[in-house]
Amino acid sequence: MSKDKPEYLINRKDNQYEVVIGLEVHAQVTSESKLFSTSSTKFGAEPNTQVSLVDAAFPGMLPVINEFCVKQAIKTGIGLKAKINKRSVFDRKNYFYADLPQGYQISQFKDPIVGEGKVILDMPDGQKEVGIERLHLEQDAGKSIHDLDPKNTFVDLNRSGVALMEIVSKPDLRSPEEVNAYVKKLRSIMRYLGTCDGNMQEGSLRADVNVSVRRKGTKEFGTRCEIKNVNSIKFMQMAIEYEANRQVDLIEDGQSIDQETRLFDTKKNETRSMRSKEDAHDYRYFPDPDLLPLEVSDDFIEKLKLEIPELPDEKKKRFIEKFKLSPYEATILVSDNETSNYFENVIKKSDVKLATNWIIGELFAALNEKNLEITESPISAGNLSKLINLIKDGTISGKIAKTVFEHMMEGDKDPKKIVEEKGLKQESDPKALEALIDKVIDDNREKATEYKSGKVKLFGFFVGQVMKVSGGKANPQLVNEILKKKL
Amino acid sequence: MIVCDIFNYHMNIDLKTIKHISKLSRISVDEKKAEKLAGDLNSIFEFIEKLNELKTDNVQPLASVAETTLKLRDDEVKSKNLREQIIKNSPQENEDYFVVPKVIE
Amino acid sequence: MSDITKQSLSELIKNIKDKKLSSTEVTKAFVERSEKSKELNVYVTEDFSAAIDKAKKFDENPNLDLKLPGIPMAVKDLFCTKNIKTTAGSKILNNFIPTYESTVTQNIWNEGAILLGKLNCDEFAMGSSNETSFFGNVQNPIDKDLVPGGSSGGSSSAVAAQLTPITIGTDTGGSIRQPASFTGTVGLKPTYGSCSRYGIVAFASSLDQAGPMAQNVRDCALLHEVISSYDEKDSTSIDFKRNNYVQELTNNIKGKKIGIPKEYRVDGMPKEIEDLWKKGIDYVKDCGAEIIDISLPHTNYALPTYYIVAPAEASSNLARYDGVKYGFRADGENLIDMYEKTRSEGFGAEVQRRIMIGTYVLSSGYYDAYYLKAQKVRKLIKNDFDEAYKKVDAILTPSTPSSAFKIGEKTNDPVSMYLNDIFTVPVNLAGLPGISIPAGHDAKGYPLGLQIIGKAFDEQNILNIAYAMEEKINFKNKITDWWIK
Repeated sequence: MSKDKPEYLINRKDNQYEVVIGLEVHAQVTSESKLFSTSSTKFGAEPNTQVSLVDAAFPGMLPVINEFCVKQAIKTGIGLKAKINKRSVFDRKNYFYADLPQGYQISQFKDPIVGEGKVILDMPDGQKEVGIERLHLEQDAGKSIHDLDPKNTFVDLNRSGVALMEIVSKPDLRSPEEVNAYVKKLRSIMRYLGTCDGNMQEGSLRADVNVSVRRKGTKEFGTRCEIKNVNSIKFMQMAIEYEANRQVDLIEDGQSIDQETRLFDTKKNETRSMRSKEDAHDYRYFPDPDLLPLEVSDDFIEKLKLEIPELPDEKKKRFIEKFKLSPYEATILVSDNETSNYFENVIKKSDVKLATNWIIGELFAALNEKNLEITESPISAGNLSKLINLIKDGTISGKIAKTVFEHMMEGDKDPKKIVEEKGLKQESDPKALEALIDKVIDDNREKATEYKSGKVKLFGFFVGQVMKVSGGKANPQLVNEILKKKL
Repeated sequence: MIVCDIFNYHMNIDLKTIKHISKLSRISVDEKKAEKLAGDLNSIFEFIEKLNELKTDNVQPLASVAETTLKLRDDEVKSKNLREQIIKNSPQENEDYFVVPKVIE
Repeated sequence: MSDITKQSLSELIKNIKDKKLSSTEVTKAFVERSEKSKELNVYVTEDFSAAIDKAKKFDENPNLDLKLPGIPMAVKDLFCTKNIKTTAGSKILNNFIPTYESTVTQNIWNEGAILLGKLNCDEFAMGSSNETSFFGNVQNPIDKDLVPGGSSGGSSSAVAAQLTPITIGTDTGGSIRQPASFTGTVGLKPTYGSCSRYGIVAFASSLDQAGPMAQNVRDCALLHEVISSYDEKDSTSIDFKRNNYVQELTNNIKGKKIGIPKEYRVDGMPKEIEDLWKKGIDYVKDCGAEIIDISLPHTNYALPTYYIVAPAEASSNLARYDGVKYGFRADGENLIDMYEKTRSEGFGAEVQRRIMIGTYVLSSGYYDAYYLKAQKVRKLIKNDFDEAYKKVDAILTPSTPSSAFKIGEKTNDPVSMYLNDIFTVPVNLAGLPGISIPAGHDAKGYPLGLQIIGKAFDEQNILNIAYAMEEKINFKNKITDWWIK
């Protein structure tokens, strides 16, 4: 890490404040059925249609754990380079709420399934390591709907009991940008692993954000506030900015900060206190007597390790070493599995340098404009590869290629066909080009004389004219060569 | 009786404590009930304090006597749509939802 | 046959198999006697006419290969029964009708038995006298205004009064063995994990076990054989090889080593209990067993441990009764108000007391001092038994420190009520099987029981010892039918 990197600081009169952030990310485990029951986890079903007797906490109903969710959590732990705890314990977190049917949430308190790990962030000024404190499995709650009726709250338990991984970071983050990079990196790792789809619109990824501030140079942490349940990266960044400034203002004002839970109001762009102290929660955690300790063998973990795909950090390293990409290019191309797969498919049969530029440049811009994911790209990896080869072998110029690309975006067509149909093939016949160039020089006698008398800048003018006359199809390299001779 | 031994030290559960735990357990308690409960709980804890006689520093806590570990089930959706069944027993009628009095934060 | 209800389960099965009796005749006999016994208040829900219909249906095409062919029986109202109201003795579940069946009761119906109705019990099984039930106290058929024990008081009373040939109860700290002892019946608490807890209204999950209650050891063994099963729906159910408990039942206990724990000789124990225990020791000696003095040094700490562990688990298990999904709901201005009123009006005093104890011992600042401490002592108690079982095959103790007491006698003193379970609670804490058999009477003619505690999963052994002792004791319950006018 470089020492003179740009710091995120909050400035007031004579003081500078550093912001300290830790995240508790709640990631929905990708699975067919719930953590302790056999009802479906599908998103968007009619209310209360995916609720079993266990999820609704009927008398005498008991939890039975889903093996796949356990595997998913361990895989995620492996992806976070974390310690996998062979013995973990499920605890009950006790509190009353309308969408918590059991009156407690089954979670892991003292003995989580995954211990300490780390995530590497690629920041513009270099890499940064963020420590992972732990990852544990827990149940999601249902949903309370407050706006359907003036007097009543409606409860939908479809989400009740869905498996979540709570991933707790160390307080290692120092700016909204780092939070952005951290959440994206975490999401990328989980998507590579297939353990969480990271879909924030559907609530598959939410975070509680812990924020504190301290004067620059001090070592002790300030009092932190926890901003609950923020469901987009943008809101996380906004909430941190607001909250850090609020805390700094309090300190500057000589006031103290209360350790409390706060809520981010996305409409007003502010955080506000959620609960009064009187109602301070006492969750009375204790081991769930309906469940025994979860024990996994070395063999179980080793088998899962074999299922771990190449992850973004390793892939990035390979891309840099094998394909000579810049760290910037590699970072972008490995950001998700689909993009890196696309890239690797394109370069199977075409030039790496050109492919990198075309994917990061033209393709990303075009997809962005149409709001499409790489998996929805109208241009298949195979056809992009063909286009690049047409450039490489001189069939078309880079400029013409852009026109062909635009046509390809309208539908997945073979670029060769487009070139043929539209007559876009590059003119590389020296005789034809000579004739063209002769005509251009002839039409611009005066400028030719000027050039010959030393005004070399005019060379570009002649190239432009030739390209114009040829309708952009003249092979620029050949035009250069012939022009030099003729002039 | 031996089990009735009153151990000298015992803490006193006062009305404030009763109010606090009644809040945590979501059971409303008026003054009269709180006093009765305080009395009962004090006599029960007097008898529970007997455990303080034992040194347990090096003892592993026992949460379950079942000396096996958790069995894992397959990730299969078996529970179908039970909405009608589930909501049938609920105190306030609604076809789709459980209904509770307004939540105030 | 006029004395159908006097027959043991084994006799009834034999008569049905020999076609000397039909299921309808048997069912009607128990229904008629139950109808005449309303004063005992054993039933919370009667399902008599449906039972007779089912019996008729059974008789049309009787499957006599089943273990309980056409046998009517009532069960404790803690077992969820499909489409039959299940209350757990509480107002908060007064109107609750499950859409599902507990595994234990399902096992019973699968073997051909027929539900007579649901039996009264202490509210959420919290009590030792059946006086905490929302549906009123139960009379012990032994004598008027005598408690039948608890929490399976409706069950013990119903078996003793011959309103059901057998029944099932649940035992968290003695709730099968203590009422069996108070009513002169046999009750078995199986090893933790032997019977599925699926569909049983939970009290304290790490202690609760369902078990059989009967008039004799053989019937008890048969019912245990039916209800004990491995169940994937209960994560604490244990997959071990279960015996054919009846087939393997034997009175040959020659050479068995029986431990006598000195710590069970508590101060203030009535002499008649002491004498009964001595008599029990003589009986097993007569059978050729060897008596060995043992020590279970942490016995005195079992009850305080239990009164931390059980309420702690209960405070959490009973959080689901909040007026939202099912059961009783009180009107409230808002959600929290509704919760507090529902739970205050829906739960009785003893249940509220235990929820409060449990909440307190788990609350911030007290967890280590109480809950964690109790879990450690629980370990010591289990270690005591593990040590003892290196030397002995089973342990013989009294079931209770006294015979049945009068209704109302102990309701104002929770601690003296809790002391009833002093001999039974350690068994639950250690997860072991224990059986109570009637062994004699006190001066008032009230029955007294002896308890045999076994190694984990060794139900067969304690059933055998009980079977051998039963033969020697030749106990006769003194029941006068005083409640039938």
